[in-house]
Amino acid sequence: MRLELEKRSEHSALMTVLSPVVALGLTVVAGGILFAAMGYNPGEALYAFFIEPLTNQWSIEELLVKAGPLILIAVGLSVCFLSNNWNIGAEGQFTIGALAGSMIPILFHEYTGPMAMPLMVLMGALGGMVWASVPAFLKTRFGTNEILTSLMLVYVAQFLLDYLVRGPWRDPDGFNFPESRIFDDAHTLMTLGDGRLHLGFVFALVAVFVIWFMLSQTLKGFEIKVMGETPRAGRFAGFSHRGIVWFGFMVSGAFAGIAGMAEVSGSIGQLTPVISPGYGFTAIIVAFLGRLNPIGIVFAGLLLALSYIGGESAQVALGLSDKITRVFQGMLLFFVLACDTLILYRIRLIKSAPKAGGAHERA
Amino acid sequence: MRKLLSLAATATLALGLTAGIASAEDPLKVGFIYVGPVSDHGWSYQHDQGRLAIEEHFGDKVETTFIESVSEGPDAERAIERLARSGHDLIFTTSFGYMNPTVKVAKRFPDVKFEHATGYKQAENVATYGARFYEGRYIIGQIAAKVSETGTAGYIGSFPIPEVVRGINAFMLGAQSVDPDFKVKIVWVNSWYDPGREADAAKALVDQGVDIMVQHTDSPAPLQVAEERGIKGFGQASDMIKFAPNAQMTAIVDDWSEYYIARVQAVMDGTWEGGDTWGGLDQKLVHIAPFTNLPEEVAAEAAATTEAIRKGELVPFSGPITKQDGSVFLEEGQQATDEQLLGMNFYIKGVDDQLPK
Repeated sequence: MRLELEKRSEHSALMTVLSPVVALGLTVVAGGILFAAMGYNPGEALYAFFIEPLTNQWSIEELLVKAGPLILIAVGLSVCFLSNNWNIGAEGQFTIGALAGSMIPILFHEYTGPMAMPLMVLMGALGGMVWASVPAFLKTRFGTNEILTSLMLVYVAQFLLDYLVRGPWRDPDGFNFPESRIFDDAHTLMTLGDGRLHLGFVFALVAVFVIWFMLSQTLKGFEIKVMGETPRAGRFAGFSHRGIVWFGFMVSGAFAGIAGMAEVSGSIGQLTPVISPGYGFTAIIVAFLGRLNPIGIVFAGLLLALSYIGGESAQVALGLSDKITRVFQGMLLFFVLACDTLILYRIRLIKSAPKAGGAHERA
Repeated sequence: MRKLLSLAATATLALGLTAGIASAEDPLKVGFIYVGPVSDHGWSYQHDQGRLAIEEHFGDKVETTFIESVSEGPDAERAIERLARSGHDLIFTTSFGYMNPTVKVAKRFPDVKFEHATGYKQAENVATYGARFYEGRYIIGQIAAKVSETGTAGYIGSFPIPEVVRGINAFMLGAQSVDPDFKVKIVWVNSWYDPGREADAAKALVDQGVDIMVQHTDSPAPLQVAEERGIKGFGQASDMIKFAPNAQMTAIVDDWSEYYIARVQAVMDGTWEGGDTWGGLDQKLVHIAPFTNLPEEVAAEAAATTEAIRKGELVPFSGPITKQDGSVFLEEGQQATDEQLLGMNFYIKGVDDQLPK
């Protein structure tokens, strides 16, 4: 007797929309049980996690600060993923974007003219694109697996950052500590409101709109989807495989690069050895949680940001360990994936072993 | 526009602050930010021991909070501000990478007191503090050179920042005072806390023939490898004897309790001031764990060295000291200034390794 997943012949449109909500509900219930088992009041813990961060302006702004780079990177990645290109290296493109965007504030810090900020954004985008062009080139030229090359380049980027902040770009007045000089005001992204919310979030919203428009209203959007789902049909339609690989990598690289530049210039205000708590990787989750749909990605980004901010708030309010927070985030993702799987597949109990063995059993 | 916004910001802030000031009967709220998990049994664990000491000492008069595993990137500022906003009166940020975020938040909350560990930027409401761990490293250097049979120690470093480089140099000065040809093999793991990588590095070092394990990372993993492989080593940050009952010879223990209690008391008395505290064995910020698994005479000599450093009779960084490249660091009779120690980015002669640039 064993369990088997069987593909459903058709899946319910209603459930596709409802599944994230169901997953969230299941997480809340399972989380409540977990908190109760740990001896915390589940009501209080869930309140601290999901509601408290939304009750004051400061933490809402912090939520947006955290969600901004996630959404911006994820929207770029969605274009890439939709076209069946697997850019896993957004974290590296983010890092190089941050480095390129920091050239003016570090190397040409005397230049504080009005063009400084637009140039920094442009450099950030270019930096991300240059880094993304490597796996794109290797894939189109040699058929290299882009998952591996883009992932490996993440580490190269991080070591490059490490080298620069410990060596040539180190703050000359910083006692040899590994940090760059602090950026001039002219090189710091404008803040919105009274907290740390900066223009980076606006960039994310603009990106969401542009990609939504492109995917739903333009021929390019159609081309991306066709090439992603049935490349053969796409080729008959005259779409270029090579062109779409480059397009996906350039868009996702540019967005990740801008996110990196915005994070350094808006949130941190200098280059440090660590500039990202893994935004580029988390964004992959955000992209899929949002079903590769720009609007869905906005909600997914906010939800993931909420789980981080809520985790911190629960630590302060209840002394909840950071570990429980991570278990909780893990449960959320597990339930989302489980619900999605059950939309596409049904579970069947098979009583006796079928005659065909081998490959079938491993399926 | 920007000016208007910041004006509004100041106004809201001022309102929030007056509402947040504690009345006399309220307990003093003390917050901590940790870079690792409390369970690291090293750096963050020892800070948390300090927090518990505050609770024990002051009882109902204080309330403490901590946020653990706060990464030293963009998240740090939010975590610090969260504590400042939730009515904490005194906030300890316990890792170097929190320096600029701490200063930024402190500017926005002038009535909250901040204490930043191991940094160098102070303000009216930001004090810095650190410990002269290198004093302990001089002592373990001496022990290592006396006990080692191969004449080579393995050294696991976190990041090549002045704090760690200074530790390596102090260790070698101690070792060279016994055996001028003592060697050290250094592996950088680029993390403060990564038990897996620390253990891998330790195994590689043992395979290369070192018989003493020294670490400047926070988990007990390297010492556990030493225990498994039957060599000797030293605990880091906390007394790790329970992880390595046969391998640990002593440990350099960070002890923040007295400092933390004194600072909390100062806030209560209204005598708290910014400034810098950099104390060592003399101020009990650094402790040497009991000597174990050592020949008696080595233990006795180590105890004598400890005493001499505590009294100031022995200063680890005193000349003549030559840099690795052969140039003179300190002349005979000179002692290193705090400035020189804080910015140390070179090896002394006898360290057979390239400092990662």
